[in-house]
Amino acid sequence: MASNTGTDPGAGSTTGEQDLYAGTQETTEGRVFTVSGQDWDSISEGLEEGAEERVVVNMGPQHPSTHGVLRLILELEGETVTEARCGIGYLHTGIEKNMEFRSWTQGVTFCTRMDYLSPFYNEASYVLGVERLLDIEDDVPEKAQVMRVLLMELNRISSHLVAIATGGMELGALTVMTIGFRERELVLDLFELITGLRMNHAFIRPGGVAQDLPPGALDEIRGFLDLMRKRLPEYAALANANPIFKGRLEGVGHLDLEGCLALGLTGPPLRATGYPWDLRKSEPYCGYETYDFDVQTWDTADAYGRFRVRLAEMWESLKIVEQAAERLAALEGAPIMVADKKVAWPSQLSIGSDGMGNSLDHIRHIMGESMEGLIHHFKLVTEGFRVPVGQAYVPVESPRGELGAHVVSDGGTRPFRAHFRDPSFTNLQATSVMSEGGMVADVIVAIASIDPVMGGVDR
Amino acid sequence: MSDDDKREVEKDVTSAEPEGPEQTPGQPAVEQSPENLPAAPGQVHQVGTRHGMFGVRGSGDTSGYGGLVSAVTYPAPSQRPYGGWFDEVADALEAATRAAGVEQAVGSVVVHRGEITFHVRREDLLTVARVLRDDEALRFELCSSVSGVHYPDDTGRELHVVMHLLSMTHNRRIRVEATAPDADPHVPSVVSVYPTADWHEREAYDMFGIVFDGHPSLTRILMPDDWPGHPQRKDYPLGGIPVEYKGGTVPPPDQRRSYN
Repeated sequence: MASNTGTDPGAGSTTGEQDLYAGTQETTEGRVFTVSGQDWDSISEGLEEGAEERVVVNMGPQHPSTHGVLRLILELEGETVTEARCGIGYLHTGIEKNMEFRSWTQGVTFCTRMDYLSPFYNEASYVLGVERLLDIEDDVPEKAQVMRVLLMELNRISSHLVAIATGGMELGALTVMTIGFRERELVLDLFELITGLRMNHAFIRPGGVAQDLPPGALDEIRGFLDLMRKRLPEYAALANANPIFKGRLEGVGHLDLEGCLALGLTGPPLRATGYPWDLRKSEPYCGYETYDFDVQTWDTADAYGRFRVRLAEMWESLKIVEQAAERLAALEGAPIMVADKKVAWPSQLSIGSDGMGNSLDHIRHIMGESMEGLIHHFKLVTEGFRVPVGQAYVPVESPRGELGAHVVSDGGTRPFRAHFRDPSFTNLQATSVMSEGGMVADVIVAIASIDPVMGGVDR
Repeated sequence: MSDDDKREVEKDVTSAEPEGPEQTPGQPAVEQSPENLPAAPGQVHQVGTRHGMFGVRGSGDTSGYGGLVSAVTYPAPSQRPYGGWFDEVADALEAATRAAGVEQAVGSVVVHRGEITFHVRREDLLTVARVLRDDEALRFELCSSVSGVHYPDDTGRELHVVMHLLSMTHNRRIRVEATAPDADPHVPSVVSVYPTADWHEREAYDMFGIVFDGHPSLTRILMPDDWPGHPQRKDYPLGGIPVEYKGGTVPPPDQRRSYN
């Protein structure tokens, strides 16, 4: 750390106590010596003081273990992390700003892409906010609400599977990854069947959902439930009794309830401290109060606890999906959009010989039967509907914690502002407290236990 | 009427209707939720105007609807009783801030769509946040989010800082709003009360240029460090898209023909 350039040679002589030949000054880089004489004693003493091996390492943004394009700036002393900071913004796509230039319905297409592992939650929180501003919360038909719950809980399973799979991969447990993605694929197949897409669905719309359940979907869902009940215990067998897996996770990334509240952590990290906080119970939306399920907690407040909470939540989600499927069986043919034609999306989709497309019945109606129908369709699709002036914040319990959409309307056909309180963004702030003082390998475990999705962090 | 003319008119309308006790007789009905009583006279605060029937600009609309001008007014302040637990929180907040030395901390309260918003002066924001977190009757332990909203037409209070707070003890949610003018975009930071506000405030600074005084390290978080401007402000210039066809371009989104 010796330097003989760049500093004012007179700086050392201004204070009486400093060495005449080797003036020192404290900078943000450490102690800097200005060598001007032949006396090296003070220099060697000073170097011994700061002789620790202090290394600053940039980990990411392109690193397979940082859970996406997350950049970690780690200050290391040997293998021990003394300081950890996050650099984010590598996936910033300006979704919130983009939404201000699209209609309220088109906004769903944007926000579904934020947290790409839990798209239905992004859509739901935004749509619930819009519905609150429209004051049609109570008018949304039951079938739409049940379908939302069904999709959200299936999504929770797929998201937790990825959390466990990638978390396992990052600490070297590759089998966990392969079986995690194997099961997630089954959920994505269900999404594809119901919404037409594996991700970026834009399926939950203001006023309801885009489309009715396709024929045979309920059978597929029931088949999936049976299969998952057989396969979920595999994760428990693979991980819970595995001494290496357990050893890597236990006691790592500790954060107690106090720390969680101060840093705003919600979701599995909060529940792993033993505090049963779940918005599905405390502020039910979409009719969650009518489903029978339990809030899962663990009391170790570490990475292992978060893993166990996710594992147990998948079982609860299976319970909810089963109840939702039962209700849907009784709701065949029920409406899936609000009756208010000034809000309800006029276009209809159907499956034709060449795949999913516009419903021919609807096209015949607007092109051949009703001029008013055509005008109505055109106005709603191009202009959209107006939302009364005001602001709303509706949070939902996403797999990662509280996901809330703050939507502001100035009475126009486009959002004046849409802001998303993404749980990944907030939870990632805990990286420092979870990993400082631990080993480098534990940083990976700590971050994997937060399970941030960078698309949601950067938006 | 060209776009420039319309803007002139817009300014005139706004300046002709200063916020104050006198309201123009042509004031349209304020959007009110059923739980609200009407605002006291003179409290309706206009934050902009909307032109035309469809919000289309520059289309050469000759239908006559293009001349329509309507006011944009956000939900007006509510009067007591606010209903439900809102009154308890408002009372407790009033008493606790008074004990903390702030005589009139809450400027106005808006109850709309079942959500309550406390508008506070920015100099009291930190005191209010501390009281909201610590007072037994309030106990808003979790700060859900801090974000900004830019209202360019809300003269003198263009930048709004919006905090969403959650009390897990009482299972209540409130919104606290403070404002700052564009010319002096300073708001106290609440990081000392809610450490979770750290990144949220950095994001609000990055996107809106709101300076949170007292923040430990107010730097950009999403945009690159050397980025000019604050992208989510309404006056941030947007780029168009050049098209390789006879020198044509796709205009920036805020200048395209569109509905609003």
